[in-house]
Amino acid sequence: MAEKKTRKEPAAKKDTKKPVSKATPAPAATSPDKELGKGARIGVYICHCGTNIAGSVDILAVQEYAKTLPNVAHVDNYQYMCSTPGQKKIEEGIKEHKLTGIVVAACSPRLHEPTFRTATKTGGLNPFRFEMANIREQGSWVHMHDREGATAKAKDAIRIAVAKAALLQDLVPKSVPVTKAALVVGAGVAGMQAALDLANAGIKTYLVEKSPTIGGRMSQLDKTFPTLDCSQCILTPKMVDVGRNPNIELMTYSEIEEVEGYIGNFDVTIRKKARGVLTPAEAEARGIVGGGCNGCGDCDTVCPVIKPNPFEMGMKPRKAIYIYHPQVVPLIYTVDFDSCVKCGLCVEACGEKKAIDLEMKDEFVKVKVGTAILALGYDIFPIEKKDEWGYQKFENVVTSLEFERLICASGPTGGHLVRPSDGKTPKKVAFLLCAGSRDNTGVGKPYCSRFCCMYSLKHAHQIIEKIPGCQPYIFYMDIRSFGKMYEEFYYRIQDEGAKFIRGRVSNILEDPETKNLYVMADDTLLDRPMKLEVDMVVLAAAVQPSADTDRTRKLFGVSCSLDGWLLEAHPKLNPCGTTTAGVFLAGVCQGPKDIPDTVASAEGAASAASIPIHMGEVELEPYFAQCIEEKCAGCGMCVNLCPYQALSLVEKEGRKVMQVTEAKCKGCGTCGGFCPGGAIWMQHFATPQIVAQIDAFLLGGEQ
Amino acid sequence: MADQEWKPKILGIICNWCSYAGADLAGSARTQYPPDIRIIRVMCTGRIDPLFILKAFVDGADGVLVSGCHFGDCHYLEGNYKAAKRMFILKSLLRNIGLEDKRLRMTFVSASEGAKWAVVVKDVVDTVTSLGPSPLKEIGR
Ligand SMILES: Cc1cc2nc3c(=O)[nH]c(=O)nc-3n(C[C@H](O)[C@H](O)[C@H](O)COP(=O)(O)OP(=O)(O)OC[C@H]3O[C@@H](n4cnc5c(N)ncnc54)[C@H](O)[C@@H]3O)c2cc1C
Ligand code: SF4
Ligand code: SF4
Ligand code: FES
Repeated sequence: MAEKKTRKEPAAKKDTKKPVSKATPAPAATSPDKELGKGARIGVYICHCGTNIAGSVDILAVQEYAKTLPNVAHVDNYQYMCSTPGQKKIEEGIKEHKLTGIVVAACSPRLHEPTFRTATKTGGLNPFRFEMANIREQGSWVHMHDREGATAKAKDAIRIAVAKAALLQDLVPKSVPVTKAALVVGAGVAGMQAALDLANAGIKTYLVEKSPTIGGRMSQLDKTFPTLDCSQCILTPKMVDVGRNPNIELMTYSEIEEVEGYIGNFDVTIRKKARGVLTPAEAEARGIVGGGCNGCGDCDTVCPVIKPNPFEMGMKPRKAIYIYHPQVVPLIYTVDFDSCVKCGLCVEACGEKKAIDLEMKDEFVKVKVGTAILALGYDIFPIEKKDEWGYQKFENVVTSLEFERLICASGPTGGHLVRPSDGKTPKKVAFLLCAGSRDNTGVGKPYCSRFCCMYSLKHAHQIIEKIPGCQPYIFYMDIRSFGKMYEEFYYRIQDEGAKFIRGRVSNILEDPETKNLYVMADDTLLDRPMKLEVDMVVLAAAVQPSADTDRTRKLFGVSCSLDGWLLEAHPKLNPCGTTTAGVFLAGVCQGPKDIPDTVASAEGAASAASIPIHMGEVELEPYFAQCIEEKCAGCGMCVNLCPYQALSLVEKEGRKVMQVTEAKCKGCGTCGGFCPGGAIWMQHFATPQIVAQIDAFLLGGEQ
Repeated sequence: MADQEWKPKILGIICNWCSYAGADLAGSARTQYPPDIRIIRVMCTGRIDPLFILKAFVDGADGVLVSGCHFGDCHYLEGNYKAAKRMFILKSLLRNIGLEDKRLRMTFVSASEGAKWAVVVKDVVDTVTSLGPSPLKEIGR
């Protein structure tokens, strides 16, 4: 063992008699490549990143230190290694100094590894002969005021990287063909737009929607800010397009059950929930000619079971056999088996069409796709949790989404805004912004829900327009009108006479007689408490990821942010990508977005998802497991460990050995971390490489 | 107790998808934490052979931090469960050979938990500092 200068400390216990140091339990996997590491000549390049690194790390000291490291043949530094001249240095260095491996000490490999791999390749080396030392994100930036500490850490990081670089091998990425089909999950405006773009680019697209119709939240809205177009009017043409597009295979009332595979080759199992009603095509498949649901609604008329319609936020009834609204796509009824009493009246009413099958069971469909887009949208935060505002306690406190239905001509009241308590037209309406958003009490959400300011302005306009003499009061913290023509819209609503009160509402009380509401707030501009009597309160409730988001994202291996929204690959440079290659995000599921931003992100996701499909081939990182056959005891323990069933036991020369199916291996290394015989070689993360890193850190430093 | 001068040698083996990304996020946010840790990146904590950790202790590490994705969030589905199981066994092994098992720590830091990463590192550094140099260093020579 190397010489070490440690302070004398009494050993904690005396029972460690074994000469631990002699029996160094280094895992003994050896390379299939016996020459590994021989004659290594490593070039080390240290980046200043302007002052990002140089401000907290002594670059010259690090450079002098790097020169003393074993196997280092050349050391250089540069202002910006990722710039063209920086990359040139690598390319020329490889030739001039006959380098066999490259180390760049700079930012995170998660940022620039591809850049420097390319430079390494351009210089004539295999791109996998590159290793990065992260001295910025995990160095200078987190030890900004500790120059000594950051410099020492940078030296160690380079030593560790050089040790690995000396043992790196040539690797070849595996090219796999990409299935020419895509999957879109969620058919709100985001999913519809993404599916249309993919389909119009000539790609077969499966669009999976959990509810009985496509359209999402946008179809529940009345008007849309700031142009005030009717939401349904601009959405239905898209819905119809989706329904008609020959490249789109629409699966409503369906959910993702299982996902296997990787970019280019995802095998997706979809659960088609039992709908109880056959489409004309399904009917024909069963030999019912000219039958199937045509949306006539005869069943609906006779069904005796009455339930609240969730599309109308429960404010309108539906039957046990139902459609959400007249414009649904596809126009097929659905049986709610939770409330159906199986009386059979609907079957009778349907008659010859024979569209209803009350014994229908869930079906599972398997599809193969090259890429996938998640467009799971959002739900409304359960605002009753903010007890002080009395939602669900006081009848005349509603949410903004309920308001959308109440003001909508096709809604439960035919577009006449009325108080739920007595059906009277309100004269004074208070809007509470940031209801549950920007809330650090732990009850609500810390983030801004981004569209509530704007839709509340829209709501104020709508009541001024529709109900002469009705006064809207907007209680706000700030008005966030950041989009194109949004600020102008804000001025317009001010001019129209909406009253704005800057202050958060502390609580709301109800007059038990009149059911009027008292809104208590602090007017922070006039610096005085206020109490306002109104007829109705509208809570601009926060939004949160939709109910099934967590389960669905895990099927695709997509992470989420602290607040539950799906995590993009990079917040600025790759907002539609995820860390799972081939899986992309569209719309609100990535974070709150209004319709213009949602559509833009959907088009971005569709474009990104179409690239691998149009390329026809993708390269997978070659971090596969390999079996070192002479060491494999054929115990088969690894076979069960692999989450992807990539390993199997095969007969070879009269004995059993493990075999890797490279196409299935994703390179996690779980098998390699386990194999008791050290018989599994993890490419690029091989045992000798990792052990060399450990040794370099602990044994190879300035002692 | 260790004197003022002594700084622990702590090895962090962390997964690419969550903890490494979380550590990068701490960097972009300029969240400051003590520099007494050196990182080795692996694709998943499932890759971590318990022998790597024993090797580190034999080499004289005062502490080892293993950090990965939260349960259910592993990029490879369940590597972190398997790693956690191994760390559990390893901890009892460490106790058996007379090494404080607090010198080995497994944590779960997601890609969006930059602030948590800083807290974790500080805590590990504090814990190991208060334990003092690893007794194995004595025997090691
Ligand atoms: C009250 C209110 C008023 C608004 N007014 C405006 C406005 O005037 N102008 C404007 O620009 N924006 C407005 N918005 C914002 C607008 O609603 C959103 O920008 C838009 O609906 C986002 O579309 P999306 O497709 O991302 O999500 P959604 O519309 O939520 O669609 C998601 C779809 O995915 C489905 N789904 C979810 N999970 C799964 C799953 N696991 N499997 C399968 N399917 C799933 C859902 O059923 C749904 O159909 C308003 C929002 C609210 C709450
Ligand atoms: S959009 Fe406006 S009301 Fe909604 S959370 Fe953001 S600031 Fe608050
Ligand atoms: S590295 Fe091993 S456990 Fe992981 S996917 Fe490949 S074969 Fe399976
Ligand atoms: S990828 Fe992070 S623990 Fe498996």
